[in-house]
Amino acid sequence: MRGNQLQFSQFQKLRLQKALDKLESLSSDSSVLWSVLTSTYVFVRSLLSRYKPKAGDIVIGRVIEVGQNRWRLDINCGQNAYMMLSAMNMPDGLQRRRTALDELNMRCIFEEEDVICVIVRDFQHDGLYLQARSQKYGKLSSGQLLTVAPYLVKRQNQHFHHLEHYGIDLILGCNGFIWVGEHVEARDDMIEDQINQSDPQVLIPNKNYTSEYICRAADAVRALSTLGFILTLEIIKGVIDLSLSTNLDIHDMLGSEFCVLVAEKEAERRSSNKNL
Amino acid sequence: MEYVSPEGLRSDGRRPMEMRQIRAEIGAVSKADGSAIFEMGNTKVIAAVYGPREVQNRSQQMSDKALVRCEYSMANFSTGDRMRKPKGDRRSTEISLVIRQTMEECILTHLMPRSQIDIYVQVLQADGGTRSACINAATLALADAGIPMLDLVTSCSAGYLNSTPLLDLNYVEDSAGGPDVTVGILPKLDKVTLLQMDSKLPIDILENVMQLATEGCKAIANYIREILLENTKQLEYRRGS
Repeated sequence: MRGNQLQFSQFQKLRLQKALDKLESLSSDSSVLWSVLTSTYVFVRSLLSRYKPKAGDIVIGRVIEVGQNRWRLDINCGQNAYMMLSAMNMPDGLQRRRTALDELNMRCIFEEEDVICVIVRDFQHDGLYLQARSQKYGKLSSGQLLTVAPYLVKRQNQHFHHLEHYGIDLILGCNGFIWVGEHVEARDDMIEDQINQSDPQVLIPNKNYTSEYICRAADAVRALSTLGFILTLEIIKGVIDLSLSTNLDIHDMLGSEFCVLVAEKEAERRSSNKNL
Repeated sequence: MEYVSPEGLRSDGRRPMEMRQIRAEIGAVSKADGSAIFEMGNTKVIAAVYGPREVQNRSQQMSDKALVRCEYSMANFSTGDRMRKPKGDRRSTEISLVIRQTMEECILTHLMPRSQIDIYVQVLQADGGTRSACINAATLALADAGIPMLDLVTSCSAGYLNSTPLLDLNYVEDSAGGPDVTVGILPKLDKVTLLQMDSKLPIDILENVMQLATEGCKAIANYIREILLENTKQLEYRRGS
């Protein structure tokens, strides 16, 4: 287990081993580690490596520099990525014109250390270029950014998830950056409610619950990534439900007991999937 | 001094052609992209690889290939007498250079333009053959980091004492002052990437000694391959589909 400093008791070790053995037996024996493309080229697909960008991937990045007319972002890949000012639409959805005023106001849009959600556009001679052309991309706030190994996130047709039950948003970036945050629309609703009801007392615990759920979801992702299990919406939801049903405190979700529980549940889930 | 007893045993009880026990472990440093611990008998080395990442010093950036850097250091507690060595002394600078050149040879640097790969190796216990152990550890760490390589470079040393070729010298044999040949090879391609020798040897004996070291490299390569395959399989089944 990678970088795992959990202390297991003898019994927990046995249970974990049993669950992992079960997983091993369930995995198909003919798992192809490499695939041959032609007779002269071998295509190697490595598991543990930095993120390899592909055009169209949804990624999460952190702004590290505001340049002349572009931002430089860290997206966990071999080199930094750039996002041009012109690769962003105006808030009303119009194409942005390159004006001097716009360039001066770049820091109003994103600053250094901001976490933003973008799409990989293409490679050019001097690096990787990103874009954020719709309202659903852009700055992320009030939430947690988690870093996992990129091979744990699969490319899917949906990377934005809204867990209505908990009122949180989950974005699985292809680059292994995962965002768990407050649901954005819900926040607007809440403000409206506040005005309508004019009773802020009711809403404060609601807000607390949301942040609690954010932490729970984040810990669920952390637990899964230390075990090296794939991260999908269904599995993360399952782990959150597991933690709620066992009445665990949030900080206990990073403990060894929960780790073993997650492994056992995953083994159970995969074996039931196999039997179907 | 007698390094090979009349029964044909060395000071630590090995036969002349016998290697020390090797052990490798992947993923020792959690924050690194790749890391490994490699042990050859009492020699223990830890390696960590960071990258490919953005080049820190812009002037060193190359637009067609990656920059490889290597730093070798010896822990203060690694040798028998504990002494504080200045960082960047001649010996460690030389070994850093050797490791860097050997690794650069096998990394497909042209696939990662404008980026940098840092290799850090530290000797935790020194008992001869640190150079080879460092190269083996670095190979494992690079493979763990998923960096494309031509082949797994492995290295092993061999010497010639009491007119017997000896494989994998330990500290006592190393400090005897006899010839000490360190070989690094690409086992699948059968190419030599590193060859160093202290002292002198007749050419026909050098060939024997080198052959012996190459055999050692191949044995290490098999072991490393096994460890890596095992590790990858484990990651694969844990991830599921």
